[in-house]
Amino acid sequence: MADKSSSNAYWSANIRIISICLVIWFMCSFGFGILLRPMLSGIAIGGTDLGFWFAQQGSILVFLVLIFFYAWKMGKIDAEHGVEE
Amino acid sequence: MDQFTLNLIVVGASFALYFGIAIWARAGSTAEFYAAGQGVHPVLNGMATGADWMSAASFISMAGLIAAVGYDNSTYLMGWTGGYVLLAMLLAPYLRKFGKFTVPEFIGDRFYSPTARMVAVVCLIVASVTYVIGQMTGVGVAFSRFLEVQSSTGLYIGAAVVFFYAVLGGMKGITYTQVAQYCVLITAYTIPAIFISLQLTGQFLPPIGLFSEHTASGMPLLAKLDQVVTELGFSKYTGHTDTTLNMFLFTVSLMIGTAGLPHVIVRFFTVPKVADARSSAGWALVFIALLYTVAPAVGAMARLNLIDNVYPAGTQADPVAYEARPDWMKNWEVTGLLKFEDKNGDGLIQFYNDKSANEEFNAAATAKGWTGNELTVNNDIMVLANPEIANLPGWVIALVAAGGLAAALSTAAGLLLAISSAISHDLIKGQLNPSISEKGELLAARISMAVAIVVATYLGLNPPGFAAQTVALAFGLAAASIFPALMMGIFSKRINNSGAVAGMVSGLAVTVVYIFLHKGWFFIPDTNSFTDANPLLLSIKSTSFGAVGALVNFGVAYLVSNATKEPPAHIQELVEGIRVPKGAGAATGH
Repeated sequence: MADKSSSNAYWSANIRIISICLVIWFMCSFGFGILLRPMLSGIAIGGTDLGFWFAQQGSILVFLVLIFFYAWKMGKIDAEHGVEE
Repeated sequence: MDQFTLNLIVVGASFALYFGIAIWARAGSTAEFYAAGQGVHPVLNGMATGADWMSAASFISMAGLIAAVGYDNSTYLMGWTGGYVLLAMLLAPYLRKFGKFTVPEFIGDRFYSPTARMVAVVCLIVASVTYVIGQMTGVGVAFSRFLEVQSSTGLYIGAAVVFFYAVLGGMKGITYTQVAQYCVLITAYTIPAIFISLQLTGQFLPPIGLFSEHTASGMPLLAKLDQVVTELGFSKYTGHTDTTLNMFLFTVSLMIGTAGLPHVIVRFFTVPKVADARSSAGWALVFIALLYTVAPAVGAMARLNLIDNVYPAGTQADPVAYEARPDWMKNWEVTGLLKFEDKNGDGLIQFYNDKSANEEFNAAATAKGWTGNELTVNNDIMVLANPEIANLPGWVIALVAAGGLAAALSTAAGLLLAISSAISHDLIKGQLNPSISEKGELLAARISMAVAIVVATYLGLNPPGFAAQTVALAFGLAAASIFPALMMGIFSKRINNSGAVAGMVSGLAVTVVYIFLHKGWFFIPDTNSFTDANPLLLSIKSTSFGAVGALVNFGVAYLVSNATKEPPAHIQELVEGIRVPKGAGAATGH
């Protein structure tokens, strides 16, 4: 295992990426899809509003992008800190 | 060739394929039985996880629930996909690094306590059995239609098939069979959706069709749908009728339940590397998203087609006469899941919302001589009946029956495996009889599967809700018990054995009690004190309570841990160890 200080740096880098991703995750599902839908109701899309689209389509697409981004970014961070398999 | 024979041929052929694969890849050792020997490629693993994940609830039930209320049930779509983000970032890579077979094993080791392991076994069994009840409901619906029998008979036949199928295979057989089942179920789901999308909107892709113009009326599809449902006294399809609080908590519950369900987590023990565990979650979601982006289109279009079938001349004109009803209604009447009752004796099928809050609509309905809604359509039949409603060719109808069964079987098998491994591996080998032989362990695993099937079939006769709602209860239970323990075990070094045990017990207990208070004790009808329409706390329905249970779990674990001794040094090192990918070996059972 890598020494203590570098594994701490690795862990805080991981936590930072996770926090950024989870903020986006929250905004695109709970945010645009539920809580903020009334605010987006002015933006029309196919017979309804943007909040409806996020709730039934957009959120899922964003989730996909987030996971692959995280997997790619963590691969790079693993290598930088020398903790890859 | 008639539809019945065609159904038998298509469903029979798909079953022959699954059994063939199960026999070809039969498990020889416990390692293969539980975790397929770690030799599965991330993309294939993702596909198998997709099949494992997408159950009767996703395939048969979800679009029907979306069709019934529209926007409010978007919660299922977000909840059952958003959990994968949590899995990929908060659990999967670290559990893969830890490298054991089962979830209770991790909890037992991390919290250095056999008690914690036993509590985890109990949580796992409660959540998984509830989940299997939902699957059995779905299996019953699918078998009853394609064999043209009562839904309870369909349930018995389904239980027998699930039993043979799961007991034979083990994880290795299941993984490869699930790849085949994924292919069957996704084809079966998307083909009718494409046909219907082309019919209604001229768009090839259903997710685009959903937001396109309805060719017959020249209005946007969703605007047309809003119009016809409100004309029948229902609430607006795109409108928000549930409370925001309940919608929010329900989505949280489904998401963290997804990340806490043992049969999904165990999937990530079967990939070769830690990095693969992260991308495997992504691949699983790719294959899941293919169905989940199509489902809302299926729901909306099925609702429109259903209303169009009952009111061929428009919702302002008279509905169709019972004698002239379309064939698909006759077919589903056999199963008892679609019922017509001529309340005003005029021979016409009045299908509308007789509990509408709109007084003007109620007055108009009474003026027309309508004395109540006369057509009851079980939500769970919407997807299976969809191709019949849209008049699609017979082979598409048969394919959908095969797809529904593939979805239900693959998930039931994965869950039964999680239940049996918790009993044989964690309870018997880990606790009661550590010297048991490998053969004895496999036998115990198969016996516990059989018992779980019997219990689930019995409870499936009187399910606590539609397939997807029963499954949602299982997610609430997993959310309240397993997810918090796993997450705290990885992200906090301070949570100790007493904290974890107290957290899991209190989270599970409050959630179980809340569910039983609303759904009846042990799901026995008429033993409930509250209903979901009028719940105990604010507007929180029993299906949404898992989020509150999880909060209780986190809170109790934190308080108890801080009041007691911190974990020993070797446990803190173990936590440090699982946080870095380096040095991950193959998973072992010891």
